[in-house]
Amino acid sequence: MTPSSHGAAARLDLGVALNDAGWHPAAWRAESARPAELFTGRYWADLARTADDAGFELLTIEDAFGLQTRSPFGAVDPADTDQVRGRLDAVLLANWLAPVTKRIGLIPTVNTTHTEPFHVSTAIATLDYASRGRAGVRPVASAKPHEAAHVGRRTFPEFDVANYAGPEAQALISEWFGEAADAIEVARRLWDSWQDDAIIRDRATGRFIDRDRLHYIDFEGAHFSVKGPSIVPRPPQGQPVVALLAHQRIPYELAARQGDVVFITPHDDAQLASITAEVRDAETRVERVGEPLRVWADLVVLIEETTDAAQTALAHLDGLAGDPFASDALIVSDTAEGVAERLLAWHAAGAEGIRLRPARLPLDLDRIAQGVVPLLDAAGVRSPRADDPAATLRARLGLPAAVNRYEIEEVA
Amino acid sequence: MTATDPITGKPIKQVHLAAHFPGVNSTTVWSDPASGSQIDFDSFEHFAATAERGKFDYLFLAEGLRLREHRGHIHDLDVVGRPNTLAILAALAAITQHIGLVGTLSSTFNEPYELARQLQTLDLLSGGRAGWNVVTSSDAFTGANFRRGGFLEYADRYVRSGEFIATARELWDSWADGAVVADKAAGRFLADDALGLVDHHGPQFDVTGYGTLPRSPQGHPVIVQAGDSSDGRDFAARDAEVIFSRHSEFEDGRAFYEDVKSRVEANGRNRDDLKILPAVTFVLGDTAEEAAERSRHITLQQVSPQTAIAFLEQVWGRDLSAYDPDGPLPDVEPELAAASVTRGRVRHDRDVAATAQKWRELAEAENLSIRELVIRVSGRHSFVGTPQHVAEEINRYVQGDASDGFVIVGHLSPTGLDEFTDTVIPELQERGVFRTEYPEGGTLRELLGVRPPVAQHPALVTSSS
Repeated sequence: MTPSSHGAAARLDLGVALNDAGWHPAAWRAESARPAELFTGRYWADLARTADDAGFELLTIEDAFGLQTRSPFGAVDPADTDQVRGRLDAVLLANWLAPVTKRIGLIPTVNTTHTEPFHVSTAIATLDYASRGRAGVRPVASAKPHEAAHVGRRTFPEFDVANYAGPEAQALISEWFGEAADAIEVARRLWDSWQDDAIIRDRATGRFIDRDRLHYIDFEGAHFSVKGPSIVPRPPQGQPVVALLAHQRIPYELAARQGDVVFITPHDDAQLASITAEVRDAETRVERVGEPLRVWADLVVLIEETTDAAQTALAHLDGLAGDPFASDALIVSDTAEGVAERLLAWHAAGAEGIRLRPARLPLDLDRIAQGVVPLLDAAGVRSPRADDPAATLRARLGLPAAVNRYEIEEVA
Repeated sequence: MTATDPITGKPIKQVHLAAHFPGVNSTTVWSDPASGSQIDFDSFEHFAATAERGKFDYLFLAEGLRLREHRGHIHDLDVVGRPNTLAILAALAAITQHIGLVGTLSSTFNEPYELARQLQTLDLLSGGRAGWNVVTSSDAFTGANFRRGGFLEYADRYVRSGEFIATARELWDSWADGAVVADKAAGRFLADDALGLVDHHGPQFDVTGYGTLPRSPQGHPVIVQAGDSSDGRDFAARDAEVIFSRHSEFEDGRAFYEDVKSRVEANGRNRDDLKILPAVTFVLGDTAEEAAERSRHITLQQVSPQTAIAFLEQVWGRDLSAYDPDGPLPDVEPELAAASVTRGRVRHDRDVAATAQKWRELAEAENLSIRELVIRVSGRHSFVGTPQHVAEEINRYVQGDASDGFVIVGHLSPTGLDEFTDTVIPELQERGVFRTEYPEGGTLRELLGVRPPVAQHPALVTSSS
């Protein structure tokens, strides 16, 4: 089955994943790093403008419901003073970036386990207003015991990463992702809960809104219920873009049920093809209707003038960190030409988009913008740069306008 | 440096002003041709730019977490549809430089860990301009939108907000000053022992863990409080920097002011560390007569015939749609059990039987129609007159200790503040009672002249490097 199942398959979309001082744990010690500015808006505005000016379709902002840890499921150790600790709230940061950027899609990470779906839905709708149709969201489930302790109402068992394929771990994963699916469903229903023409300002009857075009969502799930309607009128895109990072069957199925975009982490061409096939299978299993998922590949990049220099720079950072950098995604330390070749190869193998994770910020983002993007432009795989600045994120991703579910009901 | 009043000999107080976004309420007139969107970002940009041009202390957004209902249906007569409070404040932080950014945020439908972090994020992004109007809801109606449900006994409101703020303060204080050293050469991002464990266990909250942000420019975002009961006043006197009051009459304001300021002192705080700002509406004109005429016109827009009937239905508890808004009050008696049918609105008067009786007497004594009565009891504007007169009144209230300033509520979105900014602010500036420039890099606390509570954060162990 061809993964390029939407009409704009000839085009390669680009995104950047913004995280701390970069994705390498020692990135903050790079000469060009600005670690003292991680908690200022200006640092993030500079990064976002670079990606915006380079014509990226979207940026994502990493976040979590607690402090960073040395390993993904590890506990917080306050003695870990040699790595970046602390983060701004990604949803607020994305809203802060909205008026200072022009065209790029803004996709903050949100937690679906401890947050209120109602607040998430309205905050992303507001982001869509503030950015004039450029909002997305990347939901993440959390089962970390230390994050649950911040709320104090639930406890989670320590997750056994070594046996994640076992039935116990899979049952837990199913539960967390089921809750995430509900949280996304609530956000989506709330975005539709006002029809586009709900505000009528009818002087004759004195009515500001037509209450028949507002809808209670009446969501009842295993973990929570939400009445609705939203307090925010339907956002400019109707449905902001939902993007999910996924590594295995249950998350692929969540993405297939609820996502517009899935970020996957292949390590070579063959894996890109096999994971894409798994994603398509998941779509069939959950009986996805409408647009197929946009499948994007994630890639960590470190760029220098020569391949040797790039390998040396990576080894230097590894030395500073004390351990070789390990990532769920493929790490490419190479020249701009080498990175561009990899992107073109993956595009040819079916990736509709690529989300680049710069090993060092702002350095590797600058090099992507100045070195890699022009090569992709020259290869003719990018959208023309003269994109309509008023285009929504959905439009830039080739997604059709979102039809309100309640309008479909009216017709039916 | 402090000037004194030549008559009273007292120091001349500076006026503090907040700008209320004219959004979702019955004050905002949507039927006026000059009324724009209450939700498009252009409206918020315009409003924020105007408020900052006017050198206001802060802009203020109210919050409602469920659409109001009237007699079992979504209430459709007033402006409705608003942004998420924190999200829009973060967007406005990016396009303003000086003005404070204050929003209403519920301590019932949020978690202290998360909200403390979000407010700290807003304070960091804005360079110290964040503020939080703390409200608590005892309302299962609103709770239906939240995974926690959120029903809270009315009597426990201040217990919950008190513990919520205490927990937030523990989080705001949990990183030592200077925790982020970002020393690349030495490989130390954080100083040793810079993170203090928050381990809070109380009747309302159990929070264990580490905060995720360094101390923000203000240390603690400004706390605003709006309750009026004795408990509410005590809560503000202990925990708040601004009390957003409803006492907009001079003598009533003076009594409230003295009561609250003495409670502040009883809490061991300086009287100046809590500012009292009543919400006021205004109507301006070139002459007193013109202003009065405009006030009448605006009131008629605010209280439409349908709004008048719906207002009365809240107290009567029955369908009054058959009654003529321009005719006399209904001859039927209120249905007491069904009263208060507008849900999702803060009710000020809980004794509906007494209210109905009072209104009947007023209408009979002055021969008022339904709509005239509603206008009389709900639609009075606080300050009406020429810009000079309104500035004089504002200054009289402040120098007379009836308030420390006001929260200004316009009636048009988004231009409701324009005329006030252009005409009344210069009058206040001319009188030397309102700032002409913002202090460079000033925090909201500095604009308000209120001090932060003493931080209880961990002592930083500075190792030599």
